[in-house]
Amino acid sequence: MSSEGVPARPPATPGEPNHLRRFGTIWIVATLIALPLVIFLLGPELPPGHGSEQASAHVTDNIVLLAMATPVLLLVVIYLVYSTIAFRQPRGGVLEGPAVRGHAGLQTAWIVITSSAVLALAAYGTVRLLADNGAGSGSGPKPLTVPKGPKLPVQVIAQQWAFTYRYPSYGGVETTHLELPVNQMVELHVTSLDVIHSFWAYQLGVKADANPAVDNVAFVKPTKIQTFEVHCAELCGIWHGGMFDHGHVVSGADFQRWIREQQVKFAPATKVLPKYSKTYAPEPTRRGE
Amino acid sequence: MSAATTAAAPPAVGRPLWRRLIGFNLLTAVILGIGGYYLGWWIGHLVTEGKSFEYTKAIDENDVALLLAYFGGVIGFLVGLGFANYPVSRMLGRPASLREKEEHGIGRYFGLCTDHKVVGIQYLCGIGLFFFVGGLNAMLIRTELLHSNPTFVGPNQYLSLVGEHGTMMMGMMTSGILGPFANYFVPIMIGARRMAFPRIEALTFWLLMAAGFILTSTIFFGGFPTGWTGYEPLNDQAVMGMDSYIMFFALVGLSMTLLGLNMLATIITMRAPGLTWSRLPIFVWAVFATSVLMVLAAPMLIATLLMAAFDRTIGTSFFVPGGGGSSYLFQNLFWFFGHPEVYILALPGFGIVLELLPVFTRKPLWGYRLAISGMLGVSLLSFFVWQHHLFVSGINADLRPFYMLSTEIISVPTGFIFLCVMGTLWKARTSFSVPMLFCIAWAFNFLIGGLSGVFLSDTPSDTDTHGSFFVMAHFHYTIMGGLIFTFFAAIYYWVPKMFGLNFNEKLAKAHFWLMFVSFNSTFLPLFALGIQGMPRRVSFYEPKFHTLNVWVSVSAFVLGVSMLIFLFNVVYSLIFVRERAVQNPWRSKSLEWQVATPVPVNNFEQIPVFDSDPYDYGTPVALAGGVGKPQVTGAGAGGG
Repeated sequence: MSSEGVPARPPATPGEPNHLRRFGTIWIVATLIALPLVIFLLGPELPPGHGSEQASAHVTDNIVLLAMATPVLLLVVIYLVYSTIAFRQPRGGVLEGPAVRGHAGLQTAWIVITSSAVLALAAYGTVRLLADNGAGSGSGPKPLTVPKGPKLPVQVIAQQWAFTYRYPSYGGVETTHLELPVNQMVELHVTSLDVIHSFWAYQLGVKADANPAVDNVAFVKPTKIQTFEVHCAELCGIWHGGMFDHGHVVSGADFQRWIREQQVKFAPATKVLPKYSKTYAPEPTRRGE
Repeated sequence: MSAATTAAAPPAVGRPLWRRLIGFNLLTAVILGIGGYYLGWWIGHLVTEGKSFEYTKAIDENDVALLLAYFGGVIGFLVGLGFANYPVSRMLGRPASLREKEEHGIGRYFGLCTDHKVVGIQYLCGIGLFFFVGGLNAMLIRTELLHSNPTFVGPNQYLSLVGEHGTMMMGMMTSGILGPFANYFVPIMIGARRMAFPRIEALTFWLLMAAGFILTSTIFFGGFPTGWTGYEPLNDQAVMGMDSYIMFFALVGLSMTLLGLNMLATIITMRAPGLTWSRLPIFVWAVFATSVLMVLAAPMLIATLLMAAFDRTIGTSFFVPGGGGSSYLFQNLFWFFGHPEVYILALPGFGIVLELLPVFTRKPLWGYRLAISGMLGVSLLSFFVWQHHLFVSGINADLRPFYMLSTEIISVPTGFIFLCVMGTLWKARTSFSVPMLFCIAWAFNFLIGGLSGVFLSDTPSDTDTHGSFFVMAHFHYTIMGGLIFTFFAAIYYWVPKMFGLNFNEKLAKAHFWLMFVSFNSTFLPLFALGIQGMPRRVSFYEPKFHTLNVWVSVSAFVLGVSMLIFLFNVVYSLIFVRERAVQNPWRSKSLEWQVATPVPVNNFEQIPVFDSDPYDYGTPVALAGGVGKPQVTGAGAGGG
């Protein structure tokens, strides 16, 4: 009997409450209270906000993940609290617990439930990733899926310790700040001239590593006119923390005005820049060269 | 600080002090180590003088010399300790010296000793030392982050602190549980008198100590800016302090590989009669699973660092894009080691929790086989997830669904462990001794760590959190909350056996509560900082993050204070009060508690015979027979 005992049916002492039912009730009630709070109260506040289609999709994803994690969190935490309160050894006691060594049905059920949950999670993540053309993440030089329709290509060039931006469809002008037109699908080409950096436009839900000699493509469609933060998200040397900037999402007309200004302003530089290409021969990075 | 000076204990061999200073001991080791260091330095300059290697002339830096110096220093150190004696005398056909077995008194803790119990205590003290060095770095990091601009140490030193903290913890604490506790208790638990390779066992410890000092020495060479990941080409670009990182991690990798091999050989070949695989204590299973990872993953680290060292010294271009190499290659190789590495840190914690729970709940371990499959499943799967660290890097982007799947699947075997913990707690008779408190805390911390990992394993969501404080909080919950909490559980649980002395329980409880509360108060806000967009490893941040960072820093200082309480308890209880521990204070049925305290040199008079696992707590139904019959007389045997 020892290995077949059911946790719910111990050698019961009279007056012992039905712990399984009690714990189950507490957990279900707590979950029913917490889930709506998480989904409807906390959910809309989740980062990274609604600065782009990708960012909005991330908010949805985060709500889904949080909604899946909440019951698990409550299950284990309530269980720990419940069992530490309900199943104490009396002070100075030497009582033994029931010699239960497992429960085949419960173990099987646990395996089936957790496996199904993670498979569902992986399927959800895959669908969201592919449907959203990489969901704002750096998807390598040849992304598996590419959004339809016109795209504005913008190259992000990282180097120690600044980002610059090239607009190949505007004569390859290279600017020191990033401006993007609203409601326009943007095709970011992220590359580096020296070490690994990571281009992170927080409010737009975009992150793509900048590797030397690699063209890392990410798609984003800003939906809100706003100022957004640009960070470097990969340690790149001593001024990594200072590799910070603000970018702007502006209306289409403002963008046209701005890019013309930039073309004029940087015309002398554009002439001497290397021709636009997906990657640039990285500078030798060794000391002393 | 030489071994011999402290070795004048009464039963010592009757040699005068001056005579005992000469020979193979720590003093000789330090002298030969320094000699080897300068010899290597000199050879390094000799071979690069006027040669066309890279930059040795142009810049006042010579990586060849420093790496050779470290190499020479380690060789000299090991020879001085006496590691060459055995192979050399065997090669010359002489009988091997067994001097290291004849040592008595406290002196044997300061030299080469092949007694697994001595090595265990050496590990505990040595790793403890470097754990506090790493912790001190964390305190300095948090001091810097009190300000949103670098004011306290400056950006360069800040990155060095970050790198040293991370590398020290990730390198040293890989052996945090296997080193002290597996070396000490695995042979006793499996009814063996020693480890399979006692000299290699001693070697793993002294390699780690040499490594620790090498990493600490990085401050003399400018530190390193890469964090513990050492990404190329920043690695190649960095100053000489980077070589300390390379040498440190390579030595740690070597130590890990040897430690793992030794554990595997011991567990596979040296189990006492009757100790079948299905009766093995769960902690031994955890050590087994961890050792598999160590043996398979750590050589990859050594190879990767060798390539990085070649890039830095003789001008190869494995990882330098300018010379045709690839920065992706380093990331790939590093994480192929690096992800199993984090499970090398987590798995022993699983083992400790599952081993301790039955003792404190007075119940058999619930779901023994499920727990084993959980741990083996985690070790197997951990080799298939490494590119989840590179979701936004653009490498093999089409494979991301696979890595998402494999990463999320690894939570299934981890869930087994949780089910076993919960099953064991159900209807238990739990007494909340300090080790048990740490185990319960593990369950909470690892749960938070695991659930936050779900957000990181999901590529779209990871796009927001990758490289942010969210990741940092996540892995501190799994590693500090998972490993360090169980490390302390193991200390409070097993030190009464190892030292024969009790801790002060009031201080221990104060340590636990302060540590648990301040740990959560430190790392929970970091999740919030991360999702609000604060990157990792920065000494600059936006003013809007300032309040929360101050909160975190203050909590971190309280966490530091809790460690001081622990240190105080160690000094107070183990040095001043010295209250004798009873032989089996926890009424455990595991074999290590049935042997005498202190454990005799050969552990057992006669090799025990097993006829069940060590978890027959609870009702008499399970009392088919005691563990290790020669010693066991029933519950609470030898309790007085």
